[in-house]
Amino acid sequence: MEYLIGIQGPDFVLVAADNVAASSIIQMKHDYDKMFKLSEKILLLCVGEAGDTVQFAEYIQKNVQLYKMRNGYELSPAAAANFTRKNLADYLRSRTPYHVNLLLAGYDDTDGPGLYYMDYLSSLAKAPFAAHGYGAYLTLSILDRYYRPDLSRDEAVDLLKKCAEELNKRFILNLPSFTVRLIDKEGIHDLEKLTLGAK
Amino acid sequence: MALASVLSGDSADFSFDSSQSFAFGGGPGPRSLGLEGTPGDSLSFSVKNPLCVGDDDGVERKIEFLHGTTTLAFKFQHGVIVAVDSRATAGSYIASQTVKKVIEINPYLLGTMAGGAADCSFWERLLARQCRIYELRNKERISVAAASKLLANMVYQYKGMGLSMGTMVCGWDKRGPGLYYVDSEGNRVCGDLFAVGSGSMYAYGVMDSGVRHDLTVEEACELGRRAIYQATYRDAYSGGQVNLYHVHSEGWTRISQDDVLVLHHQYKDQAVAFK
Repeated sequence: MEYLIGIQGPDFVLVAADNVAASSIIQMKHDYDKMFKLSEKILLLCVGEAGDTVQFAEYIQKNVQLYKMRNGYELSPAAAANFTRKNLADYLRSRTPYHVNLLLAGYDDTDGPGLYYMDYLSSLAKAPFAAHGYGAYLTLSILDRYYRPDLSRDEAVDLLKKCAEELNKRFILNLPSFTVRLIDKEGIHDLEKLTLGAK
Repeated sequence: MALASVLSGDSADFSFDSSQSFAFGGGPGPRSLGLEGTPGDSLSFSVKNPLCVGDDDGVERKIEFLHGTTTLAFKFQHGVIVAVDSRATAGSYIASQTVKKVIEINPYLLGTMAGGAADCSFWERLLARQCRIYELRNKERISVAAASKLLANMVYQYKGMGLSMGTMVCGWDKRGPGLYYVDSEGNRVCGDLFAVGSGSMYAYGVMDSGVRHDLTVEEACELGRRAIYQATYRDAYSGGQVNLYHVHSEGWTRISQDDVLVLHHQYKDQAVAFK
């Protein structure tokens, strides 16, 4: 039902998430934000079971902030991703595992941009592009076909639009709008919401 | 509205392990029940729930509370309108037509009730207590966002243990009108318009086509009333009376209570007069 996508460029990461908060067959909210700001240059996109998503993401968010307060400097995206994965793994075989799928996107001042794919079984993979949800089945091949490591920002947004149009055309569920954000060395930027009209 | 806990034996699931104390926050979930050895060991009053599809291992005992109700709330320029029905059902039996499904948490916060009656009223009473403690500690009223977050965090600890609660926390704080949907699954969503319960889809239809930000208080009340009425018309598990509340900057006011049958005749006469 829910959809997340991330595309890494040479000096930025572009991420988008749909805006629907659903409860069985009803759309409860049309402008729900699924991205959590972990720090100035790290975003966590989180989908999955109701309740688990917000509770887990906020837990990670608070802990990343606590690290900054204790140590005086921020966790790098790679460290934050591994911290998140470790938490998922620790809870996986407990009585209360978190059923969440995540994308972590960040910009490290030394290593550059990074996109990390995590799923509810606590796997972690650094990838140039990634997607979550049923929509991923439709859009990963588009990303495979048209992605290049040296994409410009506009080209990345066009690639994102291609994916959204494909969802609009072929995906059975209506995902009318997507929140889009871009992370680069300046920080996190809100781009224009991607809205798709009738087919 | 499910009052299954009131009926004895055949629709309810009373499983009580006396070796564990019911300390707050440490209730035994269904998973810890039925695992303690043979009958006659500890005091275990296990009544098998015939409505439940046979789980003989006794571990995944899910109590089938139908969210048999219609409750709705929406924001507009003059605050929040809250409208609810008043029918309680236990299976196909109508247990009551006069249930109060709006819980008055404090003079400026309201909570609605859908799901298990005991769950809703207990947790919202607990929320009232937490809100009062906040007021005493911080010398200012709690915001609707904070109140709903307190409730969501409280019930999240019991996720998967059979709580059934779908509630809307409505109020007015320094940011203006506030409306949050909180349920026992862990959802907590801020919004302008919600309907909860088995009749919610019917209510959404009427509300979505009639709601505007610039409604007058009268129009908004009538919209809420009409939406509940239409839901009770189609949904067998909703009915009784329509209870209407208005939350404004001074707090909440009870607007009206109308029997659905009376409304039915009223609207029919209006429709005839129209022709």
